[in-house]
Amino acid sequence: MPIEIDIAHVARLARIELSDQQLADYRAQLGVILDHAARVQELPTDGVAPTSHPLDMVNAFRDDVVSPSLDRDEVLSQAPDAINGFFRVPPSLDNE
Amino acid sequence: MKWEPVIGIEVHVELETQSKMFCGCAVDFEAEPNTNVCPVCLGLPGALPVPNRTAIEWITKIGLAFNCSISERSQFHRKNYFYSDQPKNYQISQFDVPVCHDGWIDVTVDGETSRIRVNRAHMEEDTGKSIHVGESGRIHSATETLLNFNRAGVPLVEIVSEADIRSAAQARAYAQDLRTVVAALGVSDAKLEEGSIRFDANVSIRPVGTEPFGTKVEVKNMNSFRSLERAVDYEILRQADVLDQGGTVDQETRHWDEGEGVTHSMRSKEGSSDYRYFPEPDLLPIEVTEEWRNEIAATLPELPSARAARYVGLGVDADSATSLAGSEPLMVMFESSLAAGAPAQVAANWLTGEVTAWSRRESTDITDSALTGQHVAQLAAMVEANSLSSTAAKEVLGHVLAGEGDPADVAAAHDLIQISDSGALESAVDQVIGENEDQFARLAGGEDKLIGFFVGQVMRVTGGKADPRAVTDIIRSRIG
Amino acid sequence: MTDPADFTLVEAAAALRAGQQTSVALTEAVLTRASLTEAAVHAYLTIDRSGALAAAEAADRRISSGRAVGPLDGLPIALKDNMMTRGLETTASSKILAGYIPPYDGTVVARLREAGAVFVGKTNLDEFAMGSSTENSAFGPTRNPWNLDTVPGGSSGGSAAAVAAGSALAGLGSDTGGSIRQPAALCGLVGMKPTYGLVSRYGLIAFASSLDQIGPLTHTVEDAAILYEAIAGHDPLDATSFPGPAPSGTVRLGAGVSGLRVGIVNELSGQGIDDEVMAAFRTTVERLAAAGAEIVELSLPSTATALSAYYLIAPAECSANLARFDGVRYGLRIDGGTVDEMMSRTRADGFGPEVIRRILLGTYALSAGYYDAFYGQAQRVRTLIIQEFAAAYEQVDVLVSPTAPAPAFELGAKTQDPLSMYMQDICTIPSNLSGHPAMSVPVGLSTTGLPIGFQVMAPALGETVMFQVAAAIEELSDDIGRPVLEVVAS
Ligand SMILES: [Mg+2]
Ligand SMILES: [Zn+2]
Repeated sequence: MPIEIDIAHVARLARIELSDQQLADYRAQLGVILDHAARVQELPTDGVAPTSHPLDMVNAFRDDVVSPSLDRDEVLSQAPDAINGFFRVPPSLDNE
Repeated sequence: MKWEPVIGIEVHVELETQSKMFCGCAVDFEAEPNTNVCPVCLGLPGALPVPNRTAIEWITKIGLAFNCSISERSQFHRKNYFYSDQPKNYQISQFDVPVCHDGWIDVTVDGETSRIRVNRAHMEEDTGKSIHVGESGRIHSATETLLNFNRAGVPLVEIVSEADIRSAAQARAYAQDLRTVVAALGVSDAKLEEGSIRFDANVSIRPVGTEPFGTKVEVKNMNSFRSLERAVDYEILRQADVLDQGGTVDQETRHWDEGEGVTHSMRSKEGSSDYRYFPEPDLLPIEVTEEWRNEIAATLPELPSARAARYVGLGVDADSATSLAGSEPLMVMFESSLAAGAPAQVAANWLTGEVTAWSRRESTDITDSALTGQHVAQLAAMVEANSLSSTAAKEVLGHVLAGEGDPADVAAAHDLIQISDSGALESAVDQVIGENEDQFARLAGGEDKLIGFFVGQVMRVTGGKADPRAVTDIIRSRIG
Repeated sequence: MTDPADFTLVEAAAALRAGQQTSVALTEAVLTRASLTEAAVHAYLTIDRSGALAAAEAADRRISSGRAVGPLDGLPIALKDNMMTRGLETTASSKILAGYIPPYDGTVVARLREAGAVFVGKTNLDEFAMGSSTENSAFGPTRNPWNLDTVPGGSSGGSAAAVAAGSALAGLGSDTGGSIRQPAALCGLVGMKPTYGLVSRYGLIAFASSLDQIGPLTHTVEDAAILYEAIAGHDPLDATSFPGPAPSGTVRLGAGVSGLRVGIVNELSGQGIDDEVMAAFRTTVERLAAAGAEIVELSLPSTATALSAYYLIAPAECSANLARFDGVRYGLRIDGGTVDEMMSRTRADGFGPEVIRRILLGTYALSAGYYDAFYGQAQRVRTLIIQEFAAAYEQVDVLVSPTAPAPAFELGAKTQDPLSMYMQDICTIPSNLSGHPAMSVPVGLSTTGLPIGFQVMAPALGETVMFQVAAAIEELSDDIGRPVLEVVAS
């Protein structure tokens, strides 16, 4: 079964801006890898529960206690753009 | 065509825990921007979430209050979508197995009670806050966005109703009841204005008498119960209009514009969203054992609906009972008034009337006033003994609320004690009759409406302190 | 006399205790070695000379006043550059994090600091630990000290190369599909991946959260056991951390293998494995048998599908884990007219091709309509693998296989063919999917003088017996010695 990949949609979901050539290249590479990965479909797994976690444990919690936060200057020193204690980013939508 | 609205409500409740959902940063909205942040809630590389036990207990409490089943084992999922105020670009939420599922509450509108089913209540985390900076301050014309992550990671409970709601009024009642219950549980300050409780409505319509649901539209941005009702009403009419004119309703998210009183389509570049939910590998499943659930259940306070029913049993009218049961300060004052011996309906009248009006007028919490349950009981006793008129009692109440002292002192200081001593009243009546002999003759001759004139004159002579009923009785006895 | 840069941890600690060495001298020795080898090997992205010497001086003060804090006090160690070090640049070998100075230490880093370890610097890796050759680094590849034309393996190739070259006495790596064990095999070292949950992941830049574990890269099994013991143990900052005590690594070293049952996994010990590697594997198995181990051949058919499952699960988790690199709060930003454009350009420019490939792969495997056939099915296969391992461990104490299918390959040999690169991990991936501990021990050299590794796998929390068997193998094998270092003037 050939694997269908809407690579532009996938790249858009992942927020990676790629050229048409790059999209075509990645689409081809993903096709090869997914052909191999699709072998998981060959194993009979009726009634087999998925494992999302290798440990069979439950309930790791913390107490509702306040602990120190980070120093703001230290945090903002790593920001690409900051002003007046805020992180700054371009607007959410195109200006009309 | 006649259309029937089909409405579901999604509610986000911010829990008022000490610390955030997955880290130890303080939950504090007054802090300077980006000061309650750490590697976890800022999504720094390498950081890992650890869930707040209290938040899990509180969502369980909420679920129990809404008659939900509590999942023995539930799981966190990652909900993937990019947004600049969401630090990890995924939200830790729940997907197929929420902590609470399949509950209900009964909602009454115009005396008619309906059961609204609660599909689920799940645990998630809040985002940071975006300030869209631009000429109009609106998102579409913003020139930049400022981000504050103090709110990122605050525990959030999402409560999703079934599409059982059939009118805007019912939607409002559901939302109000839900808020009341959450506030009574003491797990959130549940303030709409501050966004600590937020309502979204899913609205669709279908021809009356048909089963299949129409296309649903999600309406957001309502920050009062009134705007929720207006927005749902508007949306029902808008959809009916579209369909009546042969159009189709688009599945979309619409923004309620409070000023214009309309909903606007929210422009979105994303086609249909694809959240790519998958089990959160950084977190273990949550197991709420029967023992733990019972411990949590034991901490549930009396819920407003049960409390209101109890008040009705004490003789309070249904509306007042609902108001008293639904407000923590009113409820506390009412209970202490009863304990001090006040008659239930009298205390209820004052608390839902004068006292509530005062609290609104003064923007002061009742619990911050000087009024006590003792005062209410004392005042009621004075009226009962005819030493205060009901008008004077309201005045006394105002002075007591303002902190002037207890009702007896205040009534004396303001000279409001009612004269019910018959000797004094009789001489006052006789004095007035003496001064108005012509009118008295007409009254005695059957012109009964003049009785009001004589009562008024006696009140004038006594400086308003006479008991008008007693005065009336004496005048009638003089006609003989 | 041995150059202190070639000491094992145990030898160096003994020399410190005996007053024959100081921590400063040891640190100077590895820094000097680095100055000779780095131009050719490029094991490090950052060498923290001043920080290391300050830590060494502090250690010497403790040691000379009799207040040494344990077996690692004063010993120079290399950290893979995907572990958060407060105040010291941490990049995961990605352009998107170039220049990033973390405001906090990861748990393992904090524990080692408390144990007195001296951090020489941060080592190169395949970007975000995605790769098996340390060629996918935004800052250039690392070369194998045994042969500079070949790769050191990956993704912890920088730490492996540093230890092999003597520019650190030991190193830490992280292992998601073999990223400690495969470079250990290719660089002639002991490399160990603990049971999932035994070592905190707090402060490790996540690649695939349900698979990642930090572990040691050392010259000897005993060194590995000591370093493992220093970093293992419950951490309240990692919800997936195992709450009980970590099994001992050292307690049964030297106990031999007599009476132990050793299982050969047929699916991992034949097809696709180089002849010389198979020969070294068989020789070692024969020696184990001669030493009294009972050898059992076993079939774990699902492991044949492990690679496929891995290349769905790991990319899926990484697609979410790497979403936070968006140009908003830290790291690279490429401007755009909208925040969306800014993010999409930042990510396109900041991530290398292998990382983009895996993000796209994972995004696809989780997306609507494909989840069940790909990600969901991979998770069910994972269950089958765990069940098969559990059944196998009813019969045997440990399982064994070659570590890597072949000795180190030449730079560039596999960079154009992702699948052939992925095949490097066929023997190591099953233990990541099952969460079980596994380690690689050097058992010989190829005819071209390249190291060959042997893998020992154990059930969950089976570290004690795993180290026991690994120590026996080390004892039974011929010493491969150290690489002859080609010094290139820098
Ligand atoms: Mg939600
Ligand atoms: Zn925090």
